[in-house]
Amino acid sequence: MSRLRTLFLLPLLASLGSCSMVVLNPAGDVAEQQRDLLMVSTALMLIVIIPVMALTIFFAWRYRQSNREARYEPDWDHSTHLELVIWAVPLLIIICLGAVTWMGTHLLDPYRPIGRVAAGKPLPPDVRPLEVEVVALDWKWLFIYPEYGVAVVNELAAPVDRPISFRITSASVMNSFYIPALAGQIYAMPGMETRLHAVINKSGDYEGFSANYSGAGFSGMRFAFHGLEDAGFQAWIAKAKDSGGKLDRNGYLELEQPSENQPVRHYAAVDSDLYKAILNMCVEPGKMCMSEMSQIDAKGGLGMAGIRNTLPLLYDKFARRGTIFGPAPSYVASICTTEEALAASKADQSATPMTSTPIVGAGLQRPLPLSIRLPSPSATGTLRSPFNS
Amino acid sequence: MFDNPALLKAIFGRLTLESLPLHEPIVVATFIVVALGGIALVGALTYFKLWGYLWREWFTSVDHKRIGVMYMVLGIVMLLRGFSDAIMMRLQQAMAFGGSEGYLNSHHYDQIFTAHGVIMIFFVAMPLVTGLMNFVVPLQIGARDVSFPFLNNFSFWMTVGGAVIVMMSLFVGEFARTGWLAYPPLSGIGYSPDVGVDYYIWALQVAGVGTLLSGVNLVCTIVKMRAPGMTMMRMPIFTWTALCTNVLIVAAFPVLTAVLALLALDRYVGTNFFTNDFGGNPMMYVNLIWIWGHPEVYILILPAFGIFSEVTSAFCGKRLFGYTSMVYATIVITILSYLVWLHHFFTMGSGASVNSFFGITTMIISIPTGAKIFNWLFTMYRGRIRFELPMMWTVAFMLTFTVGGMTGVLLAVPPADFVLHNSLFLVAHFHNVIIGGVLFGLFAGISYWFPKAFGFRLDPFWGKMSFWFWVVGFWFAFMPLYILGLMGVTRRLRTFEDPSLQIWFIIAAFGAFLILLGILSFLIQIFVSVRRREQLRDDTGDPWDGRTLEWATSSPPPAYNFAFTPVIHDLDTWADMKNRGYQRPLTGFHDIHMPRNTGAGVILAGLSVVLAVALIWYIWWLAIVSFVALIGYAIAHTFNYDRDFHIPSSDVTRVEDERTRLLAATSQAG
Repeated sequence: MSRLRTLFLLPLLASLGSCSMVVLNPAGDVAEQQRDLLMVSTALMLIVIIPVMALTIFFAWRYRQSNREARYEPDWDHSTHLELVIWAVPLLIIICLGAVTWMGTHLLDPYRPIGRVAAGKPLPPDVRPLEVEVVALDWKWLFIYPEYGVAVVNELAAPVDRPISFRITSASVMNSFYIPALAGQIYAMPGMETRLHAVINKSGDYEGFSANYSGAGFSGMRFAFHGLEDAGFQAWIAKAKDSGGKLDRNGYLELEQPSENQPVRHYAAVDSDLYKAILNMCVEPGKMCMSEMSQIDAKGGLGMAGIRNTLPLLYDKFARRGTIFGPAPSYVASICTTEEALAASKADQSATPMTSTPIVGAGLQRPLPLSIRLPSPSATGTLRSPFNS
Repeated sequence: MFDNPALLKAIFGRLTLESLPLHEPIVVATFIVVALGGIALVGALTYFKLWGYLWREWFTSVDHKRIGVMYMVLGIVMLLRGFSDAIMMRLQQAMAFGGSEGYLNSHHYDQIFTAHGVIMIFFVAMPLVTGLMNFVVPLQIGARDVSFPFLNNFSFWMTVGGAVIVMMSLFVGEFARTGWLAYPPLSGIGYSPDVGVDYYIWALQVAGVGTLLSGVNLVCTIVKMRAPGMTMMRMPIFTWTALCTNVLIVAAFPVLTAVLALLALDRYVGTNFFTNDFGGNPMMYVNLIWIWGHPEVYILILPAFGIFSEVTSAFCGKRLFGYTSMVYATIVITILSYLVWLHHFFTMGSGASVNSFFGITTMIISIPTGAKIFNWLFTMYRGRIRFELPMMWTVAFMLTFTVGGMTGVLLAVPPADFVLHNSLFLVAHFHNVIIGGVLFGLFAGISYWFPKAFGFRLDPFWGKMSFWFWVVGFWFAFMPLYILGLMGVTRRLRTFEDPSLQIWFIIAAFGAFLILLGILSFLIQIFVSVRRREQLRDDTGDPWDGRTLEWATSSPPPAYNFAFTPVIHDLDTWADMKNRGYQRPLTGFHDIHMPRNTGAGVILAGLSVVLAVALIWYIWWLAIVSFVALIGYAIAHTFNYDRDFHIPSSDVTRVEDERTRLLAATSQAG
């Protein structure tokens, strides 16, 4: 019976722990809605789970061998009515759950800008979300505030009730950006950008971390997330501004070297295009940005010249990249200066609709003449947004 | 000569004395224990002159029953290794608080959680499941053996080969530090330049060949070798689940082989399938590995469902409720298992519509699974339940698995997954279904079919000890993880800051300790049962009043399984035969055509291991030599025409007469 006792103890334990269960008691509206969905789904499933568990115990006891009073029908093996019920009840529950899922998934899509500050608190019309650019490094987090021109390592702050718009990428391997009190997680992946929209509703200090194992220093990839009132947030920004240092490309190349359990570090200024360069994997001088590469390819490519346009890899942040039978490690060299590349990607920022003419004939369309504006990969120069390419 | 580094490199590749982890006291101690145990075992086998017997009767055997038993032994041995990893993790996580680093550094700890996952899935669950299918399926369908008996032996030894490679990584070099699915770019050459990931790749490639071939074999066997009269809808439900599982294996494992081959190309010849640069895309790997990985979950659980169906029906003394819907539920699960892989990475930024699609398909799987649970429930209804060990495991399963199923459906709701993905809640969930489903099923199956394999039952006292330790231990070990997951604690962490979490990890470690006692009780149970085999003996061949065909023959069954191939008239064949007053044929036996034993499987698998080790350590001359030898030997083996023999009718008569005598003695005694 001790198993059953454990079962009965569970809800008790759960209520004991709930004060510290951040997932069930978050401080951001998105995480709260996610929690609500969790609760609704659990309740829906308990409709069938509890009877099943109760019946299991009851039948096991009632039809035990020693109970000669119970009916015994060794050949009873079919009942259309029962079969209908046992298929229909789960089906109905799944239909409800499916509907909830469909709506919830779309409403809480991390790519979707949030529609309200909190339950019953609509978004003020003039509010501009706080932009934060997040970079997962080995093994620390870099947060860039383009609006304020500051950057912080392993610490994040946001004003209460102001929507936050995260752009997330990684410099090396996969991580997952997760602040349980604020909103669900989303992966940070190299050369790709993921998005997260969230809002914090209560001021306080929360914990953030990487939720996807990324190597030796993974356990230390934690950061504090401060939900601050407006004045506090301004003070926090000011503190960063006062801290001196500027994060430029060289500084970043130093920062991205693997290191563990890093203390908080503030940068008063940051290269305005640093995040874009990290995303396009071209912080190293002379390396072709992926945005540049895809622009060239979209316009027909460099032909044979493109194959030879590589240089031996000298800089490496982690370890030897070359393989035993492979070619010497190399990188694709940029053919224009950083400024030109950035200017090109800026020129494309006005979103052009994708050409909607269907593919005709046996193959793809011929490359368009250069004078025609091509759709840029996206307004931000993102190259490989997963599933969107 | 040993001063010349170029020469040493040519001979030993990147294998050097530094590759031996002599500086890690834990590994050295483990090695000493394993080595002493190994020496004792080898010494004992030599002393008792058992090598010849083992080689002739077991290692080279093509008998599906012996191969099945060997798979079980492999699974249980590897369970000990996989569990050692588990308890080391539990200890580390219970200790590493308040600035303490625990007792494992990240280099060691990260290998341990990777090895734990790989071993438990590939070298514990898979061999145990395959072993039971191998042993039971031909008996249940009235066949003499599987379709391709040599292939069966070869498959087994390839699985052993994979296990040997993983075990070797413990003492020579290191294992992967990537997590059990080795996501790139972390598993790429840039971030994991050492041998760990190569061990991972080649261990799975070698074992994967074995798994795939054994899948082909069992599909063929079930489709082509059923006794006359056994239509598809008269197949025992375990055979049905075995068929679906092996179809899944045949369809899914090539994907694993391909994706690991691509990763190997990235690591060896510098291709860019999954790299960050040069157009590689790591997400492609994640998709591919889960297109294998999700069906893999059902490869493990479907046979367990089959076992529970057989056990419930036998111990309730009743036909299985809703056989037809059970079969269709199994088929629906088989098909749907291919349409859900993306739910393992909702959080990688697929759009809302993609996420909802995969979330809803995942939930739909719970409908046939729920139907199965109800079918077992209504098999118990108006039954007469004997609570022998297999039935106890079944009831424990029904209570445990429903919880795991519920949390699984929760995780299938994408927004809920966003807050629980990669958390300890997820870890608790999949242990809930794999331990509560697969492992409980395997234990039910082991105690159910053990008397068939060896002619005596397992000792019930130690079995019950093991049962209660396992079940209670499971709840203690994993309920805290559910709670920790809701507290926002993620998986694979080595150290913690928040001291309020520690108590939960201590409870979980206590649960792991109870499970340890459960495993020890299981080993004691086997030991005690062998000691007490005369008291536990069953001469009838049908100790549980079984309902399916395997209980019609003797325990252990003769090499040829059935002297005459039975003719099937009903679903629960043996129950039907008993009801009609079936009489065993006592005379008129014929010669029986049987496959001959061969050592080719051992040799081919051995060469594969050598090849894998050479590739791992960059010892190119050895790789070339072993590859040529492997291909050469395989071709040479095709010219071996001495592959079969006949058991003379006189031998058959002798064996059957002996059984007649035993049956008569039992019925007099009874």
